[in-house]
Amino acid sequence: MRLFVTQFRRDLLVAVRSRSDAANPLAFFVLATVLLGLGAGAQLAPGVIWVLALFANVLAVEGVFRRDHDDGTLEQLLIHAQPLFPAVMGKLAAHWALSGLPVAVLSPVAAIMLTGTANGVGVLVLSLCIGTPALTLLGAIGSALIVATGRGGLLVAILVLPFYVPVLIFGASASTAAMLGEPVAFQLLALAALLAASLTAAPFAVGKALAISQEY
Amino acid sequence: MDSARPMGWIKTTFHKTGSPRWFFTGARPWVVGLYVFGALLIVVGSTWGLGFVPPERLQGNSVRILFIHAPAAHLAEAIYVSIAIAGFVFLVWRMKMADMLIQAAAPIGFVVTVLALATGIIWGIPTWGTGWVWDARTVSTLLLAFLFFGLVALRQAIGREDRASRAVALLALVGVINIPIIKYSVEWFTTLHQPPSIVIGEKPAIAPVFLVPLAVNVLGFYCFVAGVVVAALRARIVEREAGTQWLRDWISKS
Amino acid sequence: MCRLGYLDTIDAESAFGVYCKPRDRLRDEPVPYGPVVHGRANLVEDDLLVAENVRCTVGDRVLFDELSLSLRPGDLVEIRGSNGSGKSTLLRCLVGLHEPDAGDIHRNVDSLYVGHRPGICGRMTPIESLRWLAGITNSNADTAFIGVALDRVGLDEARHDVCDSLSAGQQRRVALARLLVSAAPLWILDEPLTALDDDGRDLVGELLTQHRAIGGAAVCATHQTLPTAPGGTRTVTLGS
Repeated sequence: MRLFVTQFRRDLLVAVRSRSDAANPLAFFVLATVLLGLGAGAQLAPGVIWVLALFANVLAVEGVFRRDHDDGTLEQLLIHAQPLFPAVMGKLAAHWALSGLPVAVLSPVAAIMLTGTANGVGVLVLSLCIGTPALTLLGAIGSALIVATGRGGLLVAILVLPFYVPVLIFGASASTAAMLGEPVAFQLLALAALLAASLTAAPFAVGKALAISQEY
Repeated sequence: MDSARPMGWIKTTFHKTGSPRWFFTGARPWVVGLYVFGALLIVVGSTWGLGFVPPERLQGNSVRILFIHAPAAHLAEAIYVSIAIAGFVFLVWRMKMADMLIQAAAPIGFVVTVLALATGIIWGIPTWGTGWVWDARTVSTLLLAFLFFGLVALRQAIGREDRASRAVALLALVGVINIPIIKYSVEWFTTLHQPPSIVIGEKPAIAPVFLVPLAVNVLGFYCFVAGVVVAALRARIVEREAGTQWLRDWISKS
Repeated sequence: MCRLGYLDTIDAESAFGVYCKPRDRLRDEPVPYGPVVHGRANLVEDDLLVAENVRCTVGDRVLFDELSLSLRPGDLVEIRGSNGSGKSTLLRCLVGLHEPDAGDIHRNVDSLYVGHRPGICGRMTPIESLRWLAGITNSNADTAFIGVALDRVGLDEARHDVCDSLSAGQQRRVALARLLVSAAPLWILDEPLTALDDDGRDLVGELLTQHRAIGGAAVCATHQTLPTAPGGTRTVTLGS
């Protein structure tokens, strides 16, 4: 728990110090919403908001370990954090708080702009709040795998997006059903199950991937 | 066989297969055998399926492409599962052969998956009235193609061979969760795709007249692609073991 | 003096496997590292680290093979060798970042690693960086104690500046301050003299001497002669 808190606070601090980096995913989300509204009209399915959130997430998660790798704090973390699990969780929690959470909070605005209705907006926010942490956890695996290569962007997207699909399916399905006034309990429970699964498994995969990335 | 340890031969086989040298020299006749046997079965099964099976009651003649589609789809999953097992073996025991197997099989898996997708689309146009359906099994097969692609792309992105091997093995292992999603997605969603017709242990929902040539083709695909994988694996061994004494000896002898 | 409750509460059962009072190194008479508490029963008494028959390869090239090394309190091992001879790889093996292709490495105590990358985040101040390190190493170093350490490495004025705004040498000194803040009896230093002025080199020598005097040990990869007393020094040359 101590490691979690230490790492969480440190990453929040670093993110606040480099404000523009931290705001980029959110800015992308808003901008993409505007472009989509202009390009495709204002009667879209709420699933598109999920797609935008997903892209914002993959763009953000790509760099989650990059700075730490470059300045060597990542290797210090791997050497000293025993166990690594809570430190990785703290790091990803801070990352999510500045990428997934703001997107979820702003999603009602995007929903009104793109779908033309505020029906089921609460469920949309809720589904994003459950789903995006799972995305961050899964995306961090891909990000960790390639952190030492100096490549990023598209490669992470290719590696990671297939893993995002189940989350997208249930998230989009939940928000669509909510807009139509249909029951959403199953989809939300499925999302929660995916989150629980990624919470238990992903940090270990991330830790393993980070360890591999620091090999010489 | 060591009688004191009845399972000893398993261990021996494991170690032998793990040795590039043993595999390289021992697997040569297998390549030819698998190629010939597999090709033979595919020719028999496909001719049978394409020419001598009556048109299906609902799907008509378009059912015939399933004699290619179904084996390819099965095989794609099987290849991925083998890659994931190899990934596990490599991460735990650091067996070089497992890594070479991943390296050899990933592009082949990609091709087979694309074949399954392409035949599926061709089959779907007359049967479903559309080439592409957003149902779970088609989508997850497409994702399987991307997983194979990712394995190849990741290895190329990481320059260092040993680090790339371990990263790819980990990715393969993580990606294997996609396989149950493929399997259970049919139950998760009620979609257009027909549920699997052959379930082991149950009476097949498919008439024997279709089943026999299909089974022949499935077996043929497995054998032929196994031959391709073994051949590719031998090529990888030459690449990685270049400069070792045994390989030089082997080349000068042959 | 400032409030230094640091590490007084940590006993022999602590996560380090040793007890020691690193803050006392800042005073005139350092207090030695405590006896090693072995995590494993079969290890040689008092060896801080034992490496046996370690082999590392890059592709087909063998960097080193059958390399054995043991470190006892007070030891200083210099790793020498040309560029690309595997010095950094060996150090990363010792600290556990790299898994050797063969051989065993037993780490009986906590180690501290200063590599090519400083381990200091550019967006944080030296104090914040060191506090974070203290946090993940499970030590209780507080701000006051870190302040003293920064004074010692000559960064008293820059302690509240973000590390990005510091010079390369100053950033190197922040990394050196980690040596003071850490309670680890084993130091693994990769080119510790890089980017340092004469003053900084002397400081490294002083810190090493003091560290060894109180029962610590160090492994240094270096191209230059370390400004340190020679007693107990060994040299491992790679690539020969």
